Amino acid sequence: MTNYSVEALELNKSFGRRLIFNDLQFRFDKSGVYGISGPNGSGKSTLVKIIAGILGASKGKIVHKMNDQEIAEERLHDHIGFVSPYLVLYEEFSTYENLKLFAEIRGVKFNKERVDYLLNKFLLYKRKDDLLKTYSSGMKQRVKFIFALMHSPQLIILDEPTSNLDDEGKNSVYELVREEGQKNIVLIASNEKNDLELCNDIVYLEKYKN
Amino acid sequence: MIWKIFLFLLLAFVSIAGIGFPIVEKPSAWYEFPLIPGLEENAKIIFFHVPTAWLTVIAFFMSTIYSFKYLRKKNLDDDVKSYAAAQLGMIFCILATVTGAVWAKFAWGSYWSWDPRQTSIFALLLIYGAWFALRSSIESEEKRATLSSVYSMIAFVTVPFFIFVMPRIMSGLHPGSADDSNAGPVVDFKMNGNMQLIFFLSLIGFTILYFWMWNVGYRSILVREKLNKQLIRG
Amino acid sequence: MNSKSYSLFLKDFKSELRTRYAINALAMFIIVAISVILFSVGNEKISASLTGGLFWVVIFFTAMSGLSRAFVSEEERGTALTLQLIAAPSTVFSGKLIFNIILVFAMNTVIAVLYSAMFEAFVIQNFALFLTSFVFGNIGLAVSSTIIAAIIAKAGAKGTLYPVLSFPILLPLILTSVQLTLFAIDGISFERAKFELAIVVSYDVIMLTASYMLFDFIWKE
Repeated sequence: MTNYSVEALELNKSFGRRLIFNDLQFRFDKSGVYGISGPNGSGKSTLVKIIAGILGASKGKIVHKMNDQEIAEERLHDHIGFVSPYLVLYEEFSTYENLKLFAEIRGVKFNKERVDYLLNKFLLYKRKDDLLKTYSSGMKQRVKFIFALMHSPQLIILDEPTSNLDDEGKNSVYELVREEGQKNIVLIASNEKNDLELCNDIVYLEKYKN
Repeated sequence: MIWKIFLFLLLAFVSIAGIGFPIVEKPSAWYEFPLIPGLEENAKIIFFHVPTAWLTVIAFFMSTIYSFKYLRKKNLDDDVKSYAAAQLGMIFCILATVTGAVWAKFAWGSYWSWDPRQTSIFALLLIYGAWFALRSSIESEEKRATLSSVYSMIAFVTVPFFIFVMPRIMSGLHPGSADDSNAGPVVDFKMNGNMQLIFFLSLIGFTILYFWMWNVGYRSILVREKLNKQLIRG
Repeated sequence: MNSKSYSLFLKDFKSELRTRYAINALAMFIIVAISVILFSVGNEKISASLTGGLFWVVIFFTAMSGLSRAFVSEEERGTALTLQLIAAPSTVFSGKLIFNIILVFAMNTVIAVLYSAMFEAFVIQNFALFLTSFVFGNIGLAVSSTIIAAIIAKAGAKGTLYPVLSFPILLPLILTSVQLTLFAIDGISFERAKFELAIVVSYDVIMLTASYMLFDFIWKE
């Protein structure tokens, strides 16, 4: 059980003169599965990017804390795992090479056991040395999950995790979400009913439009 | 309203006086200009060329300041102000280049001779030409504002190099250059009282004109954006 | 500069070895640019001072053909998001900068060797001065073209915009470097080239500082 918390303080984001959401407040401090819901264009992807520290907010801020210590912005990526449809890994490298160089660029030790465990779990172990460009799109999606989990993050952000997955794929994602939700915070941004049924708490973005 | 009429009268007077007043060897009447050796009648361009060059500097400097403000506060109004200033800066920059080149044809014998000031103003034209090209290639308002602000910051730090490098690499011909053999800037030493008066009146008139144009410029952009938004929403 | 940025550089280096995005284009561009000058010169005898200027023309256009890859390839393939998730902006910029510095040094050394083989008039009298100005000129070239590459990677019309945006920023550096190359050709001593060398060094320092300060704004959308 880790003492991780993520909190939004009067968060506001506009693109140019277009308001995406305003005065958003939430606090997740217990491990579990949380959801972010809203119609298309309501800013789900924008919000998760702000939480992950990739995008700046217009007003307000997101505070990440670990054992009541605020995490500095440049260390944030050690604590976050992120999966999104827009995420692309390096196609000219194999899965293993990709994961290895991610660990190096992050500046953390490459945890071979953890990676092998994840590779086995996502049924990719046999093909770990093949270049990513030879993979099917479903396999690439599974590599993204390994990318998000390899450094044992405390906050796992899943942006539309089940889009373009078949039923089998969806079920393995759900299984993973339940398992990770035991000890970490899992954040799902989605519109799918099935995805949101897993969540303990849901932020409805359409409430923060003005 | 009254100051607009005043501005009109001021600029009209400056134009008439600047072009019409005669240059004589020994000025005695209030409307006579002194003869500056080497410049003669060409000296009159100072009433129009120097204000345009001055406003080029003011406008581009203001544009940079608002770019800096945008990066700090992320308020799109600052970007619009920066853009309006740069537009005017570009107009004055072209005017200064053209009036300068025409004057150079008569004073130095050729339109362009890569004098340090000519090179510097050419560099300004290049920088802001590139700046406008960058802006027109980006669709998203916010991205456009951020990237163009960053570019103007980068361009701004190269300015000292143009000031220090150019005079060293090429010799100056421009009146007021450091190695001008007639010693010191023209403004201080060779103009008599009434010439200075008209020169500064011109400078003041053009500066007010600039701020007025800039004000109208950025407000009209803001109104246009508002109207566009209403049209899109239906 | 730390092990993280070095790892990022290694990733780019390995990726370059596999895909050869930049190297092939750069190599061909060097040959094309030098042959264009050779053809346009024909049998004319060109002066030493002209070769000094043309040398930097070749360097500028070659740099503009290849150095934007560092950021454009990440942005085009969509891997920029991945990098944002694993590294701080300063790490990314350092990594890309190391890559471009090495690329610039490799490319300019090839240009210098080929160029002095092709042009008889291009004879350096003060080699130490040439080498010093070459090193600092290359660093400045790499720094400015890296930060501009980061800007254009986020804009449309990337290819044409790159030289347009870079030229005014590089102008002071190129003018001074041309001057220093001419000094080296004429065999002028270090003592007399002090001012120009100081300009190139301060250009490097100022650009490096400004780039690190501004990169956050570009990278974080």
